[in-house]
Parts: sequence; structure tokens; C-alpha cells
Amino acid sequence: MSDKQNGQHQADSQTGASYQPNQSPQVNLEKRNFLIATSAVGAIGCAAVAVPFVKSMTPSERAKAAGAPIEVDISKLAPGGKLTAEWRGQPVWIIHRTEEMLAKLSAHDEQLSDPNLEVPQQPEYCKNKDRAIKAKYAVMLGTCTHLGCAPNESFVETADWDGGFVCPCHGSKFDLSGRVYKGSPAPTNLVIPPHKYLTETTLLIGEDGEVA
Amino acid sequence: MNYFTKLIGWVDERFPLTSNVKAHLTEYYAPKNFNFWYFFGSLALLVLVLQIITGIFLTMHYKPDAALAFASVEYIMRDVPWGWLIRYMHSTGASLFFVVVYLHMFRGLLYGSYRNPRELIWLFGVGIFLALMGEAFFGYLLPWGQMSYWGAQVITSLFGTVPFIGPDIAEWLRGDYLTSDATLNRFFAFHVIALPLVILGLVAAHILALHEVGSNNPDGVEIKKLKDKKTGIPLDGIPFHPYYSVKDLVGVVVFLMVFAVIIFFAPDMGGYFLEANNFVPADPLVTPAHIAPTWYFTPYYSILRAVPPIGISQFPGVAAMGLSVVVFALLPWLDRSPVKSIRYKGNLYKAWLAAFVISFLILGYLGTIPADTYGQFGAWLGKADIATVVARICSVVYFAFFFLMPWYSKKDKTKPVPERVTG
Repeated sequence: MSDKQNGQHQADSQTGASYQPNQSPQVNLEKRNFLIATSAVGAIGCAAVAVPFVKSMTPSERAKAAGAPIEVDISKLAPGGKLTAEWRGQPVWIIHRTEEMLAKLSAHDEQLSDPNLEVPQQPEYCKNKDRAIKAKYAVMLGTCTHLGCAPNESFVETADWDGGFVCPCHGSKFDLSGRVYKGSPAPTNLVIPPHKYLTETTLLIGEDGEVA
Repeated sequence: MNYFTKLIGWVDERFPLTSNVKAHLTEYYAPKNFNFWYFFGSLALLVLVLQIITGIFLTMHYKPDAALAFASVEYIMRDVPWGWLIRYMHSTGASLFFVVVYLHMFRGLLYGSYRNPRELIWLFGVGIFLALMGEAFFGYLLPWGQMSYWGAQVITSLFGTVPFIGPDIAEWLRGDYLTSDATLNRFFAFHVIALPLVILGLVAAHILALHEVGSNNPDGVEIKKLKDKKTGIPLDGIPFHPYYSVKDLVGVVVFLMVFAVIIFFAPDMGGYFLEANNFVPADPLVTPAHIAPTWYFTPYYSILRAVPPIGISQFPGVAAMGLSVVVFALLPWLDRSPVKSIRYKGNLYKAWLAAFVISFLILGYLGTIPADTYGQFGAWLGKADIATVVARICSVVYFAFFFLMPWYSKKDKTKPVPERVTG
């Protein structure tokens, strides 16, 4: 068997050596060009057919509808409390910050990676001292900017902790405005989703009137 | 001529049955000096078959629907007759697949099995390894437990870190704005159809390439160089069947004993094969306290965590993790040693290989624990986590093993290689 195989290999290599396509007088250029052209058209066709398959994996109409803006009633949110709403399956935190909490927020700027909100992790209307439309209500996505885990709340203050959030996955720390502390694996502050107030105590999350 | 011989003759005129049995089994000549390390190729094939069979039977009861998936797995475990056994065979099989494949790959490192003329065997093997990682990752989402869910969320987020197109890729992979029913459904498709087909094709190519050039051996000498003048059979070769089929059966028996002990006495292996958090249904609003991948991914996960971000981009860590896996494909061209086998390599190479293995194991361990487990260094090192610093050192050794190989494998003082295998 192995001898027979070897014999075949030799025969193949011999025909390979004597085969010289470019010097053959019988090349039909017209036929060759036709074959090249049809192959090219075929390749374009294959690429076109791939589009529906690739597109079929993008979010469906149902998923898009489920990603529509949500209304949140914050009238019952007590000072110092946190409420979690679900928008696009992600947790959206609304934190009712007390005067003391707000006072502490400006006291630890030097420990933060981006205290002045240089990285656009928030809409323009939240790029202010309190990172909010109304100072007492902070709105942010409860998804760590490191790898998408949900940070836990740690509002109890200690000597060297002003209250905020700690990510259980890799230890990233954020303050009550969602600003990240230096030395955290998370590179940026928490994201603030587009939102606006419909009434004094009703929030619309996912839409702000500025962006469609 | 009896009826059986006649039947075989009838088949052979229409299909290359006898010739293939000869080419791949009874007249495929393998070196006579195979040792312990040569069990793991056939064992990998055995586990592949087990995974496919148990997988088919699990598919009969499993529901790939976010609302039903978790309960259907519990249904398999509690109500389906023997369902618990089939499911534990499948989940244990996944971990043992990696045990066997890692040992199989280490054999390649020991004896230079990736060297000329076996580069393609090695490349097909790396392809199988990548497909296997994908298969394990997609499969791990299916029980729809907390660790399934958050593991998938973290890994798909990795694609989101690719500059510019990342977020679109992540959304395209998930089919939603986050890991959801759409993600589960497609991961099911990848797990039960797409990747198994890829793996089977690559395994066929792996074995065909192997049988074309012949097996390497612990001495790293080519047995085809010295053949019997009359028969053309390599002097140091013996037919795969019956010699190695019987030897491999011994390996199969021992392997199945280990397999059975794990299935019956430690199917979750203390949280390493099946993580405790995965017995809690997936909840997008609650992250588990500590997310760690299953043990076979932890070395690469450690490398991901060890690489610091550049500016606000996590991409360097992700790129390093990807590189740490695909770098194996470069081995045939990185190794410049005049000899193949560790038996004839010098101390320099042996030291590097040992350092690599130790780093790999430490990285694997560190990937299973939170980064702050061992506390922090003092202010002189910027209060860095001790575990992270160790992971960084090991990551450097890991990559140095590969990228310095052209240099140290050439400089290494090798011993003379014998003409024939030494047994």
C-alpha cells in the first residue's frame, strides 16, 4: 500500500514538472477571461448573500422595541436612598443624594481619575459639578466601565471612604456621582444615559429630546 | 471464499475500505518508542466522541430559551431518567477535554512535535484548540446560571474594547444591547452545530496530516529515514493496529476510571468544573461577588487582568490575551534548535520550558481568585495588588518563552541525536 502511494506521488510530481500553462499554444484567452469574469461576479454574489446572514445577527425589531425609553416615578425615593430601574436590560440607578453627600463629593477630587468629566461618559447637560440635571438626583448606568459587572452600593461612610460604589469583580471604586477613583481597573466614570424630567418626579430614561 | 470476504470484496470495488484500514491502522507504521505522553491524542478523540454523544442526548431535553433554559437543565438533573449522569458526563467531559488537550500540547512542546515536517499538524491542532475554547465558552452560557450569564457578558464585552468597531461587534455577537435570549439562542446554535462541525473537520485534517508525514517520537528522530530494504517498512516502526490500538485501550480504561470517579464523587470539582454561582438562575441586575471563568481559561484571563489599560482603552489587555492563545501557532518558526526532543536539548531550553510551565500554572491559579486576595504592596510600589504584580511577572515570562525562543533555542548546548530511536 505504501509503495503504491509513493508511486502515485512520483507520477504526480512528474506531470507537475512538465505542465507549463503559459507556454501552451492552446490557451483560449477569451474563455479564460470569461471564467475570470464569471468567478468575480460569483464572488460578488456570495458577498451579497452573506449580508442577510450577518444582518440577521443584529438586534431584532423586538429587541429594539424592548430598548425603548422608560418612565420612572421617583416621588417615593427617600433621601439617601437608591432606586434601580431597568432600561435595555441594564440597571439604571437613581440616587437621591442628601446635602451631606453632595458636600462630600467636591472634597475628594484629587483621588479621582477624571474629576472634571473630560471623558464623554455623560450627556453635555450632565457635565457639571454634580454630574446631574438636578443636583440631588444622580442617574447612571450601574454597569462597571471595566468589564460590565454591576458595582455594589457602599453608602456607609468611614474615615477614608466618602460613600459610593465598589465593583465586586475587580475592585473598581466609584463615588456617589459615579466618578471612578484612581487605582481602579475601570478606566472611566460610570455612564450617564440620556434622560430628562417629564414632571418634577417623573424621569424618562433613554431619551432626552436632544438626541433622537 | 466465504461470504464475509466476498462482501468486503464487493465493498472494496466501490469504496476504499480495505485500503484505508491499511493506510491508517494496520499498515500505518508508528515509532516503537511511544511513552506515557502519547496516550492523550487518542484520549482527546475519545472525549470528543463522548461529548458529541452526551450532547445529542442533552439536546433532546434542553430548551434554548432564556425563560426556560435554567429550569430545563434542572429538569434534566432531576426528572429525566439518568439525565443527571448524561449531564455530568458532558460537564465533566468538558473539563477533562482540556486536561487531555493541555497534556497533548505539552507532549508537543517536550518532543518538538511541531517542527518540520509537522507544522501543519500543529496548526490544525491550534485551530482545534481555538474551536474548543469557543465550544466551551458557548456551552457554558447554556445552563443560564449567574456565572454563565456574567461570564458571557464579560467575554462579549472584551470584543467591545476593540478600537472604533468594538461596540458594534459586541452588539452583533449578542444580538441585543446586552446578553439576552437572543444571545442564548445563537450560542446554542454555535455550540451544537457550527463549532462541532469545525472541530470534526479540523480533527480529520489533523489526523490526515499526521498520517501523511508520520508520528514524531520521544527521540525526535525520523523513523522514515531508515527503512527495511525489502519491505520498505521503517526499521523502528510498528503497525498502529494492533500495537498502539491495544496500548491506547489501556489508557482508555485508566481514563474512564478517573472519569467515573469524578462524575460520581466530585462532578463540580469543588467549584472548578461547575461553579457554585451557576446553580443560581441568571439575573442581569445582580452581578456575582466574584466572576471567574472555568479553570481552563484562567491563565489567559490572568493575562487579561495583568495588562494595564492604555488611557481609557482596555484593548491592550484583550489583545495580550488573544495573543497568549494564538502565539502557540508560531512555535514551528520560533524554535531554531538543531534537535527536536527535550532529551537532546540543553539546560537553557529546559530552564525556559520549566519557567513557562510554572508561569502558566501560577497564572491559572491567579485567574481563579480576586485580585486583592493577597493584599497590596506598600506605597513604594504604588499600593499595587500583590496578585496583580505576580501575574504581570508571569505574563512576561509566558511571552518571553515564545518570543525569545529564536535566540535561546539557537544558543542552547544540545546533545548529539542518535540514528535510531532509543526505546
